[in-house]
Amino acid sequence: MFKYSVPLVIFIVLAIFLALGLTLNPREIPSPLIDKPAPTFSLPRLQNPEQSLSPSDLKGQVWLLNVWASWCVSCRAEHPVLNRLAQQKLAVIIGLNYKDESDSAKNWLSHWGNPYDASVVDAEGRAGIDWGVYGVPETFVMDKQGRVRYKHTGPITDDDSVEIFIPLIQKLQQE
Amino acid sequence: MIAELGHFSLILALCLAFILGVVPVIGSLRAIPGWIMLARPAAFGQVFFVALAYGCLTYTFISHDFSVAYVAQNSNTELPLLYRISGVWAAHEGSLLLWALILSCWTGLVARFSQTIPEPVIARVLGVMGLISIGFLLFLLLTSNPFERLIPAPAEGRDLNPLLQDPGLAIHPPMLYMGYVGFSVAFAFAIAALLEGRLDSAWARWSRPWTNIAWMFLTLGIALGSWWAYYELGWGGWWFWDPVENASFMPWLIGTALIHSLAATEKRGAFKTWTVLLAIFAFSLSLLGTFLVRSGVLTSVHAFATDPARGLFILVFLAIVIGGSLFLYALRAPHVRSTATFELISRESALLINNVLLVVTAATILLGTLYPLVIDALGLGKLSVGPPYFNALFIPLMAPLAVIVGLGMLLRWKKDDLSAIAARIRWLALISVAVGCLLPLLMPFYSWAAALGLTLALWTLAITGLAFFDRLGRKQPVWTRLLKLPGAFYGMTVAHLGIAVFIVGITLTSVYSVERDVRMTPGDKLDMAGYIFEFHGVSQTRGPNYDASQGHVTVSYQDRPVAELRPQKRIYRVRKMPMTEAAIEAGLFRDLFVAIGEPLGDSGAWSLRIYYKAFIRWIWLGAIFMALGGLLAAFDRRYQTLSNKQALTDV
Repeated sequence: MFKYSVPLVIFIVLAIFLALGLTLNPREIPSPLIDKPAPTFSLPRLQNPEQSLSPSDLKGQVWLLNVWASWCVSCRAEHPVLNRLAQQKLAVIIGLNYKDESDSAKNWLSHWGNPYDASVVDAEGRAGIDWGVYGVPETFVMDKQGRVRYKHTGPITDDDSVEIFIPLIQKLQQE
Repeated sequence: MIAELGHFSLILALCLAFILGVVPVIGSLRAIPGWIMLARPAAFGQVFFVALAYGCLTYTFISHDFSVAYVAQNSNTELPLLYRISGVWAAHEGSLLLWALILSCWTGLVARFSQTIPEPVIARVLGVMGLISIGFLLFLLLTSNPFERLIPAPAEGRDLNPLLQDPGLAIHPPMLYMGYVGFSVAFAFAIAALLEGRLDSAWARWSRPWTNIAWMFLTLGIALGSWWAYYELGWGGWWFWDPVENASFMPWLIGTALIHSLAATEKRGAFKTWTVLLAIFAFSLSLLGTFLVRSGVLTSVHAFATDPARGLFILVFLAIVIGGSLFLYALRAPHVRSTATFELISRESALLINNVLLVVTAATILLGTLYPLVIDALGLGKLSVGPPYFNALFIPLMAPLAVIVGLGMLLRWKKDDLSAIAARIRWLALISVAVGCLLPLLMPFYSWAAALGLTLALWTLAITGLAFFDRLGRKQPVWTRLLKLPGAFYGMTVAHLGIAVFIVGITLTSVYSVERDVRMTPGDKLDMAGYIFEFHGVSQTRGPNYDASQGHVTVSYQDRPVAELRPQKRIYRVRKMPMTEAAIEAGLFRDLFVAIGEPLGDSGAWSLRIYYKAFIRWIWLGAIFMALGGLLAAFDRRYQTLSNKQALTDV
């Protein structure tokens, strides 16, 4: 009897998780980094590997860190939105090219357009660990003091861009 | 008016589903002949009314009735006719209606082609399908009514999602749903057998042709989806381990296990309870797939049809259907005595290994798909599981399966002699390895991955061939012998050859494809794998509901022209959505794939993505072989002789 109940028990456990899953928003993710100084890194630039970039270079500016990869399907959906955001030149946009191959990444940018003022290469995902990257794409917004003020998980939609990012960036620019 | 007629037919269909789900089942348990006899008419009535509702929705699409909210959201006066017909299943409400239609069609087909099966059994089977139908029709009517009016009606519709305006994708969902829902037949037979408490080989024999057909559709549906992703999304890949792809792949794996397990149950009475469980799993995973796609608990590229509000309904429905059937299983399965015994070296063992590998693979994929959700629900954070996880586990699990595919066909039921088999296949194994290792020498460079893949493919081919000629025998003229072989055996052979073709495809594509993203100005040439691609510039063109920039690329090989490719970048006028239409010159041994990106500067230069895809067609060719195998097996003479005999006694 017991042996034959195993599938039922497994299913009940699964159903409980699915029910819990319904109450969650897969895009809403708390980050312990909010209001903390941005984790530091010093990584080579994608287009120019001899030069490195680190968050301290961006002190005094409002900037975005967008985690992306050429293998990432959702990044492709997000990309036009980022391109449009970049055209408005509201803030510096830095790409964190996460666990990617530099050649594919460069091709990807030349093909779909490059919204980034610079991209840095995090081939091993070390910086990603410091920043608490769960999945790609993710976007962080930093203020002029270099503190993380907002984290967005999943692709940025046009609505997100207009309702969240642009007002936040404008607010931070005035601080 | 037409929309109201459709709505009304759906309500009538629901009433008939209630009758079908309740009356014949009680009738069969209490032996009331009149109630049992109600099953078939109710099933046919249900098909009629669901089809009528479906026809009404199609009519509102064709006639541009934008007073129906669903039509206004998914159609447009400029939309070509084909996409107005396929637009019916472009979003949530219509997909569900298509699902309900396919379910009632399967129910009707079972009612029509089941003369050999005792009436009480078929009453229960149809009853179980009726119960499932109640769930789907209620879901439609309560939460997702496709006939809802939009007053005042807009003058113009919002147009169909451009991603879906493609002939390949137009037929992908119906194929997939035919497969998903088709597993409800095996499920219904299994539940009916559990209800009756009699798990003999009869139910396995009745379920087999239905399961084969459902599996065939699912195979084709998945292959079409993969093909579409390849040419429409412009990524040149053919599988992305996206949650929604996984949702279709898991029932396929379990369905494949089920087909093999059903054979053992029917022929030898082995694995009885296991087979029932697989039948429950295959359909449960189809339902789970619907839940994952429709509820929005997971994010994916397929996000065009999600709505968390509806998730709860599907979850409750899932709990009732899956929970109920597993509960029934827990009650009844302990009383089933397995009479069949078999030794370690036997066909049963080979099928058991096949089943274990397939089920473990499906479980691995399920784990990878749901893990982020579980971790999130436990409050442990959020994460995503990417292709590296799936690739790392999938290949080691599937390679042994390829090794034993052929063995299962050679081994005898119950007991066989390993040393005799080994002596026969020794040379084939050796030749497969030798040829497999030599073949990559013909390619541009040597690769051990290609050698391994080719060896596995050759081995599958060789051993399938050996099993075929074994079975063919030597006694009579070859034509008589070929005609005498059962359809099921041809089906098995063709499907297993499909595996060999598929392995060649995935291996050589992943090893020998060349991809380049280049900047080209008109007149520029690019040499790729001996093919010279010449770019002639980009011109503007207009389609029925889009404007496009169209590139012109000619391809030549050793100074002979091979193809003229015209890739497009389309902007759909209503949704302002850009779409890449790659141009592909397809061939058995290679595809030449060109997509245009962005204009670069004023000199007429564009970014182009040019692929040389080696052997990629073999992936889908393999899938077609497998599907054909399923079809041949389903139309085995044996199932038909049975019905003819019965037809004679009926007269």
